[in-house]
Amino acid sequence: MATLFGSGIKRREDPRLITGKATYTDDVKLPGLLYAAVLRSTYAHAKLRKVDVAKAKKAPGVVAVYTGADVKDKLDTVPCAWNVPNCDLKVPPHPPLAVEKVRYVGDGLAMVVAESRAAARDALDLIDVDYDALDAVVDPEKATQKGAPELHKEVPGNVAFTWKVAGGDVAKAFAEAPVTVEQRIVQNRLLPTAMEPRAACASYNPGTGQLTCWVTSQNPHIHRFLLSVMTKLPEHRIRVIAPEVGGGFGSKIPGYPDEALVSFASMELGRPVKWTEDRSENYKVTIHGRDHVEYVALCGTKDGKITGLRTKVYAGLGGYASTAAPGIPTILHGLMYSGPYTIPNIEGTIYGVYTTTTPVDAYRGAGRPEATFLLERMIDLYARKVGLDPVEVRRMNLIPKEKFPYTVATGLTYDSGNYQGALDKALQMFDYKKFRAEQAKGRKEGRYLGVGVTTYCEICGLGPSQVAGAVGFGGGLYDSAIVRVYPTGVVRAYIGAKPHGQGEETTFAQIVGDEFGIPVENVEVVAGDTEATPQGWGTYGSRTTAACGSAVKVAAQRVKDKAKKIAAHLLEANEADLEWKDGKFAVKGSPDRGKTFGELALMANVAWNMPPGVEPGLEATAFFDPSNFVYPFGTHICTVEVDVETGEVKILRYIAVDDCGPQINPMIVDGQVHGGVIQGLGEALQEMAVYDEDGQLLTGTMMDYAVPKASQMPKVETAHTVTPSPVNPLGVKGVGETGTIASVPTLVNAVCDALAPLGISHIDKPLTPARVWAAIQHARGGAK
Amino acid sequence: MIPTSFEYLRAKNLKDALKAIGKNTKVIAGGHSLLPLLRFRLAQPDTLVDIGQLQELKGIKQAGGGMKIGAATTYRELLESRELGTLYPLIAEVTEHIGDLQVRNAGTIGGGLAHADPAADMPPVMLVLDATFLLQSKGGKRSVAARKFFKGPFTTAMKPNELLTEIQLPAPPKGAGMAYASFEQAASGYALAGAAALIAIAKGMITRAELAFTGLADTPFLAPAAAKLVGTSGDELISQVAAAAVAGVEANDDIHAGPEYRTHLATVAARRALTQALERAR
Repeated sequence: MATLFGSGIKRREDPRLITGKATYTDDVKLPGLLYAAVLRSTYAHAKLRKVDVAKAKKAPGVVAVYTGADVKDKLDTVPCAWNVPNCDLKVPPHPPLAVEKVRYVGDGLAMVVAESRAAARDALDLIDVDYDALDAVVDPEKATQKGAPELHKEVPGNVAFTWKVAGGDVAKAFAEAPVTVEQRIVQNRLLPTAMEPRAACASYNPGTGQLTCWVTSQNPHIHRFLLSVMTKLPEHRIRVIAPEVGGGFGSKIPGYPDEALVSFASMELGRPVKWTEDRSENYKVTIHGRDHVEYVALCGTKDGKITGLRTKVYAGLGGYASTAAPGIPTILHGLMYSGPYTIPNIEGTIYGVYTTTTPVDAYRGAGRPEATFLLERMIDLYARKVGLDPVEVRRMNLIPKEKFPYTVATGLTYDSGNYQGALDKALQMFDYKKFRAEQAKGRKEGRYLGVGVTTYCEICGLGPSQVAGAVGFGGGLYDSAIVRVYPTGVVRAYIGAKPHGQGEETTFAQIVGDEFGIPVENVEVVAGDTEATPQGWGTYGSRTTAACGSAVKVAAQRVKDKAKKIAAHLLEANEADLEWKDGKFAVKGSPDRGKTFGELALMANVAWNMPPGVEPGLEATAFFDPSNFVYPFGTHICTVEVDVETGEVKILRYIAVDDCGPQINPMIVDGQVHGGVIQGLGEALQEMAVYDEDGQLLTGTMMDYAVPKASQMPKVETAHTVTPSPVNPLGVKGVGETGTIASVPTLVNAVCDALAPLGISHIDKPLTPARVWAAIQHARGGAK
Repeated sequence: MIPTSFEYLRAKNLKDALKAIGKNTKVIAGGHSLLPLLRFRLAQPDTLVDIGQLQELKGIKQAGGGMKIGAATTYRELLESRELGTLYPLIAEVTEHIGDLQVRNAGTIGGGLAHADPAADMPPVMLVLDATFLLQSKGGKRSVAARKFFKGPFTTAMKPNELLTEIQLPAPPKGAGMAYASFEQAASGYALAGAAALIAIAKGMITRAELAFTGLADTPFLAPAAAKLVGTSGDELISQVAAAAVAGVEANDDIHAGPEYRTHLATVAARRALTQALERAR
């Protein structure tokens, strides 16, 4: 039988998604359903004098209106769940609706519940709010400066934490190094822009005291816990269902006030209540990503050996500390400063800073794109300064493949790798020397060609629970599966993670089908309902396959072990004499004497003739806790031509060589790479959330925030190397975020390379034509 | 994203529509410009008059040496008209860049022009082609030159009770070449700066030159500087004319492009459009 593991079969979830037959949270319709709308602050920073809802309460169709004062004693504050230790983290209260102050444009002020969505929306216009405006501060560096407006009385100077990473002796390294490069880097703030905005629909049953809440969630078990905290209902009386979820990119990890508010309203009113954000609300209220101001220095020898890296980073947190926010610029960023290189001395100081902006949290890559970008950018600056080829400098500093597992200066131990192998493969696909010759020729003709080469590795597959605990993550990071075999031999796998576009409904069925020797169609994967699935920790951090897929594999193996016992009993043979071949257990040497998986499934479920002491039924549960993170890696290459007259960047070629270990479904892997690369190119070229000085979001719609369009993006050429991870039974590494991690520096380095003859060494992303043109004008000594 | 409540009236015929429109009404055809305004509650009309189905307002007809386009003709219908494409290739070239497939299927030429977005692609085309817009009201009709139609951002010469019903295009000059060049804002697709050009030549000399801009200022505008090309062979003068055409213009400033860059882009667009129009005329 052909193995399913490794075949690029089509995604089974796609037909329903692309024909409109999928059920999203907003599609949930319940008898007596009410609709909620939330009034949002139009000020970035203000004291609240008055929120008068009297008129709104009398409006037609309105059932209830709640303000911050109404809910403050009944709902707990929105928790932050990543309490990074040893950094003096300060998490001031985040009320679900503002009580005394608003801290960003979009902060909730009041919720209207009405018989229709339109009535709820209309009533918002009848609420009278009186603000006492305060100064806004949107830049995380400026927010730490003397005299900056303070958001929280508990946080003087707006600094939520000061976190340090250190390894080796950085002071000595810089003192002794003959070459140092320094650069200020701004990591542009991004809007995650999942295709489906957030929504929540709560139904409280006053008879049983149970709350069911449909939520756009990447992690329903975490949302159950957070809802329990906020609503004060015990966890076992809350059921969270994440039905179809239309993308998240991290924005559907956190707990938000909104799901707690509809739950509260349903508990108060005894009727189900639904809230769905619109796109403008999504851009203002759902978390943002990145937002760093970084000061970076790298030092090394004259012949290309990197000896030290030092950073000082101001990481914007927005108005409040979102669920995972403190862990992103620290654990997932600072610890990755060594990248794939042997950098002996590393020191980073990260300031988490409150600003009067939308909260910032995990966005595809979450901390690692920022780390990879600053490192790769600095290496190009360093190579230019020492006059060496940037590819050779990288090659010289890569961790050799025979050194794994390898512990870097920040303390992380990388599982496995062959970085030179991926670089070699990429350079087989791309004639680097030829391009350099074309570039030299082009420069004489006034053409500006450039190439960027990134060698990266990243940390994902989160992760061992023990480490999660040690770094203050407020949960475990194992994952789980129940594999249940039905009498007719079909199988369901109930999983703790919650895929929302990544394709695990297909790939996990491949794992199970492969294990049991049954057609993939005979396996279904169930996710997203806390009532049906075992405790798990969700889909983010490219962890689902490494952690949850491994749980599926282990559970399936347990099922198979039991089936083997039954087969031995039925065949009157010793278990040791049986072998699994061609989809059945047979006595070694007598392949005719065998029992198929279907026969064993039936016998286990009817239990007419079971081995002594073996229980009926055929199912198993597994909780898989990996022994380490996984570290996928690769090499990306991008070539560009810059039109120096207009500042336009044209991508000529984009090559991605990634190593995520063995691939369950190569088509899906390529899809993840394509999507990730394009998302990263969006960050590098055109995406940026812009606030004015008053804290108004100027990119509040898709007319101003430039999500990449297919017509703007290049073809992505993909290839892979395969280096298994030793830390899970599948050998897999994550591939959900590699594209956004690798592509950003690749593009920016290519553009800076193209413009090198003009003396341009750095341009802050996104490299919009306007910014590139301005840099060229500046370099040519023209006006700003 | 929910508009304020309004009455919806689907006009049975043009007369019906003209009777209904006036103060506190909005006209809807394709809806691509209007719906966002309604959803953001920037427009809060009492009544929406739907003219999208009126056959009287659709269609492309030969008229004299020129053509007439019904205001409710969709962009897709413009693209499908071979006659239009042959006589005014510039319209097809620009229309292909408007929105995406769905927008072109539903959006109408009259709707876009009446909306008068200062960065839309079609207005400068109307300016260089010297189109005339037919405006009708309950009380009668009048013609307004495209060159006198655009008064400011989202503001036109139309009165509240008037409806743009027809776009009239004169015969293009003999030996004319036309071109459009623009730089799109990455998110909206609207022009940061764009230029439409028309150049006619006879015996190697330019007999007529028209140049109009969009995106650069608060309305699309015709650049008189193009006339300097008349009587010349073009080439060397084009860059000079492109620069002169934007001199002194108060350029728009937003997060996507400052005035200096916009002016520069407009110059480049003008040069490229004029150059290409000249090549096509030859």
